[in-house]
Amino acid sequence: MAGSTNINITPPRWLLAELTYACPLQCPYCSNPVDYAKYPNELSTDDWKRVLGEARKMGAVQLGFSGGEPLTRKDLVELVKHARELGYYSNLITSGYGLTEEKIIQLKEAGLDHIQVSIQASTQELNDHIAGTASFHHKKEVAHLVKKHGYPMVLCVVIHRENIHQMPQILAMAEELGADYLELANTQYYGWAHTNRDLLLPTKEQFEQAEQIAQAFKEKVAGKMKIYYVVPDYYEDRPKACMNGWGTTFLTIAPDGVALPCHSARDLPGLDCPNVNDYSIQEIWQESKAFNFFRGFEWMKEPCRNCDEKEKDFGGCRCQAYLLTGDMYMADPVCSKSPEHAVIQQAVDSAKATASLASDEKPLVFRNSRNSKAMSSVVDTAV
Amino acid sequence: MTINPDQPILFSPLHRLQWEEAQQKTVILYPEGMVELNQSSAEILKCCDGIRNLAQIVSELEQKFSTTGLTNDITAFLEVALQNGWINQH
Repeated sequence: MAGSTNINITPPRWLLAELTYACPLQCPYCSNPVDYAKYPNELSTDDWKRVLGEARKMGAVQLGFSGGEPLTRKDLVELVKHARELGYYSNLITSGYGLTEEKIIQLKEAGLDHIQVSIQASTQELNDHIAGTASFHHKKEVAHLVKKHGYPMVLCVVIHRENIHQMPQILAMAEELGADYLELANTQYYGWAHTNRDLLLPTKEQFEQAEQIAQAFKEKVAGKMKIYYVVPDYYEDRPKACMNGWGTTFLTIAPDGVALPCHSARDLPGLDCPNVNDYSIQEIWQESKAFNFFRGFEWMKEPCRNCDEKEKDFGGCRCQAYLLTGDMYMADPVCSKSPEHAVIQQAVDSAKATASLASDEKPLVFRNSRNSKAMSSVVDTAV
Repeated sequence: MTINPDQPILFSPLHRLQWEEAQQKTVILYPEGMVELNQSSAEILKCCDGIRNLAQIVSELEQKFSTTGLTNDITAFLEVALQNGWINQH
């Protein structure tokens, strides 16, 4: 049995509020669960306010409004206002789709601290293809408006095989738009990205080349723009310190109110992730089975259990271990010490083989309700 | 990057300086990040109001804490702050 007693439970610092799974975009690397169509219910405004209040009281201070597309929630301004009154630093994580200047001003007045706009590529053609929606020019316009109204502007570009060759142009675009921060997020292969991995995973050579270009740029813009580089863990020797340790820092609330120690955790078997409709945040954080499941080191198997790096990376990501080995207690197979490490090379080889196929032989599966219903075997979901 | 002694120092409007009750600490908040400050760092940043320059900040803090000889420590910290974008001078 996982979980353990006598662990010093630190309070949550980061609350990710996934307000909705609704999204006008269809990015094929979306981190939402592939079967999101099974969860059409959304928390009410009052529920969210209570959740924000309870988490803040425990010490959460960074708040991400995310989704799906959080702008589709009609009560977003109200929630932002409430968050500000509670003292949160609030981050809006948006596609920018449908964001008007009027809304940007309203959100600023309500106390929103920062807007992160995602752009899918440096060209209209590729951006609109990946997003599954014509959105490129509007996104650039939104980026300008975010700057104009005094927000720190964070540009987020998810990197994968279809856009990795655009790295120099992506960097130039960030500079031209005046980004204060640029997040270069190498795709993490969960959810839809895992489904589409053969089509998204670049080769090691492509990664190394792109990283080199990004590194040189980082030095060039030092002092003007900060670069967050999300590491491509398939090409690392050691796993990421996922979530800064299970149940130590991060709390995600899914649109239907399910509380997750990591946003992929609802895919793990037997965790019984609790719902905020049934428990307070304090009960969830401190007492629930799910949040205690991988706290500490007692749950570990070899080679993690006696590894001198376990306090640095916590054995990596539980969701990745489960997704790639079928065993959530296993070392993250990204680690070269993992007995299952070969699955990573197999994934790389499989992606490489797929790269030589014609695009209609194996097309991308776009993230939309139709595909989600098909993958979750839901015949008809009332929305 | 070094501090220009003549120019006023401003805490960056793209960051937020805030007392956190749960942590009993002052923190700097910025997009997706947080830095916890010790008490002296927090006191220095609170003086960065865009009006006072280095010498005025030193004198203010020496007076407040009834001490002298803070110039080197304060300058060193402000240079770190400048490099991190927590303060600016224009």
